[in-house]
Amino acid sequence: ALDTLMVGKLTTESLFILLAILTGLSNGSLENQLCFDLIEKWVKKNPNASICTALEGVENFKHIANFQDYHGLKEFRQEVAKLMGKARGGRVTFDPERIVMSGGATGASETIMFCLADPGDAFLVPTPYYPAFNRDLRWRTGVQIIPVQCSSSNNFTVTREAVEAAYQKAQEANINVKGLIITNPSNPLGTTLDSQTLQSLVIFVNDKTIHLVCDEIYAATVFSSPEFVSIAEIIQEIDVNRDLIHILYSLSKDMGLPGFRVGIVYSYNDVVLSCGRRMSSFGLVSSQTQYFLATLLSDDEFVDYFLRESSKRLARRHHKLTRGLEQVGIKCLKSNAGLFVWMDLRRLLEDPTSFDAEMKLWRTIVNDVKLNVSPGSSFHVAEPGWFRVCFANMDEF
Amino acid sequence: ALDILMVGKHTTVTLFHPTQNPEGVIQMGLAENQLCFNLIHEWLLKNPEASICTAQGAAEFRDIAIFQDHHGLAEFREAVAKFMGKVRRNRASFDPDRIVMSGGATGAHEMIAFCLADPGDAFLVPTPYYPGFDRDLRWRTGVKLIPVVCESSNDYQITIEALEAAYETAQEADIRVKGLLITNPSNPLGPIITKDTLEALVTFTNHKNIHLVCDEIYAGYRLHQPEFTSIAEIIEEDKICCNRDLIHIIYQLTQDMGFPGFRVGIVYSYNDAVVSCARKMSSFGLVSSQTQYLIASMLADDEFVDKFIVESRKRLAMRHSFFTQRLAQVGINCLKSNAGLFVWMDLRRLLKEQTFEAEMVLWRVIINEIKLNVSPGSSFHCSEPGWFRVCFANRTNS
Repeated sequence: ALDTLMVGKLTTESLFILLAILTGLSNGSLENQLCFDLIEKWVKKNPNASICTALEGVENFKHIANFQDYHGLKEFRQEVAKLMGKARGGRVTFDPERIVMSGGATGASETIMFCLADPGDAFLVPTPYYPAFNRDLRWRTGVQIIPVQCSSSNNFTVTREAVEAAYQKAQEANINVKGLIITNPSNPLGTTLDSQTLQSLVIFVNDKTIHLVCDEIYAATVFSSPEFVSIAEIIQEIDVNRDLIHILYSLSKDMGLPGFRVGIVYSYNDVVLSCGRRMSSFGLVSSQTQYFLATLLSDDEFVDYFLRESSKRLARRHHKLTRGLEQVGIKCLKSNAGLFVWMDLRRLLEDPTSFDAEMKLWRTIVNDVKLNVSPGSSFHVAEPGWFRVCFANMDEF
Repeated sequence: ALDILMVGKHTTVTLFHPTQNPEGVIQMGLAENQLCFNLIHEWLLKNPEASICTAQGAAEFRDIAIFQDHHGLAEFREAVAKFMGKVRRNRASFDPDRIVMSGGATGAHEMIAFCLADPGDAFLVPTPYYPGFDRDLRWRTGVKLIPVVCESSNDYQITIEALEAAYETAQEADIRVKGLLITNPSNPLGPIITKDTLEALVTFTNHKNIHLVCDEIYAGYRLHQPEFTSIAEIIEEDKICCNRDLIHIIYQLTQDMGFPGFRVGIVYSYNDAVVSCARKMSSFGLVSSQTQYLIASMLADDEFVDKFIVESRKRLAMRHSFFTQRLAQVGINCLKSNAGLFVWMDLRRLLKEQTFEAEMVLWRVIINEIKLNVSPGSSFHCSEPGWFRVCFANRTNS
């Protein structure tokens, strides 16, 4: 039996019972599995999307199987550019000539680092951040990460002051800061940055002549207001040196296709594009996959429907989870995007200042409740007690 | 639109097309194998469930589309391991758990360099060698390449003297040599490395305690005697003293099956620490799960694979023979070769003078006036001017 600890009106026991009920919504992995039924239906209706189908596709097999041009299939780039525009409500358009492939989002993050920084250089990264940045941004590149601490006191908003402070500290330590990376919508928070914040960050990087890399891989997972604002929109509004602006994208989250390894680097800087394109040889998207996706994404009616439906299902799932947690007094950070919520279990810690207490609570959740959630410390958050819970990795029931 | 080809750094030409551009340049500069697509077409039509995008295969779509485990699909690794064995006439067997994916051979070369060497370290590489090595092994890794000069006077055999000389040069320059990279069968030359030479190379690297990386991506292209010996056979024979932790094989399905677009690069290492490191690095260039699935199905079909390998060899041999005989008829010799998708053509007699400048002049004539895209020896770091690589498998018979 679990140890019973009274915390206000809530016992850990009842929390865990609730969470156990909610396991029907989550198995811990960060995937978007909500809309496979839509894609499967489409696949069956569109045999021409595969190079392996009789009559329609196989004639293209030879040409596609041979295609290894690191520019990528033109149709693939055009359709990805179009999708990126749709995910931003048509408020901006993207140039297919600025799309560079990479080995999944993992490859995209690493590639942009290789392009922008030398070993020893640093990038500022607001916390909490995606744990694998430690590997993707640093491992083979030799680049350093300087965390910009954000706090729950203002809902983890990235402030210009915090970024300035981190930048100054790096300067004093003689570290060469090459840029700032933001993830918008945020992993693990599930929130989007507002226009004002984005503008202030753009002005900051422009002032310091450092790069701004915007990881927008969750762009189409926005399911409620406020509306998503992309960096692409901000640079239309204010005057900035566009050579400093770069976007990372992928089809892993928005479309739920992580196995296909579709990573995209989109840069407004021609030199970076050229370098990134040559580097993409190390992780091109399989031409078989490029071909399939080009066909899938060219079906406007399908894509529009998919994006709408995906949003709807995410909203429903998010609502179910957050309402359920609320009913037992557990709050989550208010969020409007992503495939997860940022759950506040600070009240349940034996010692609210201790990360050891957080790990103890985490082990109980994982081992006794058998629910795989991710402890805040793995995201480099400054305060213990926060946990990320994914809600989109099991299909609709 | 016509296909445009970049030739050298500054010239573009349009590619030949029988109806749309009969004045275009014929592409013989790309080492591709396009001879056996009809066999593959046939197989695909008979096996629709091999694709997750057909009505028959769509039930697997979800599981495959979310699969991003850097170990790769078990069926994929098993099928590739079996295929690698078959291509070596089953004289060696391969362990699926030692197979690590990478972004094509390009990614495989880079990944092995990252795993084995630090910035500033060096690999010895016999010349002439594949130009892509300069980028793949050095660019982002900071690793150096030290050429081991091989010459036409002894048919470009790699000699221990040349190896020792290159190794000495590195020592004197205070450069740490981490390994030797060989391509067997050779690109651009074509021929295989003999078993005796291979054993000597293993002894050399073992003695110096440096790695031996064997790029065997053309293993499937043995045309006729003498037989290809894979480094895997030397290891399995266990005749000579060898620390297996120093042995690694680079492979890809690009050449043997004719699928460069699918980016199926493989690093096979006998060293557990390298396998573990490489596997983590493979996240930067995994093979698309959609493609893993297709390849797994195709290569699991023993009957098809056996037929394909035999037929592919037959067609290559015919093409190779047709080519070299016709060249011989006009007095042009090629390096005697028994493998590969290309020949190493000797045009030294046609050079105005025995210089690389004269080689480039001749090359431009071949491109612009004869309309053939071939690759000049200097691009492969060949030490002597006048040699050209010509690919003969990248067009169908028509």
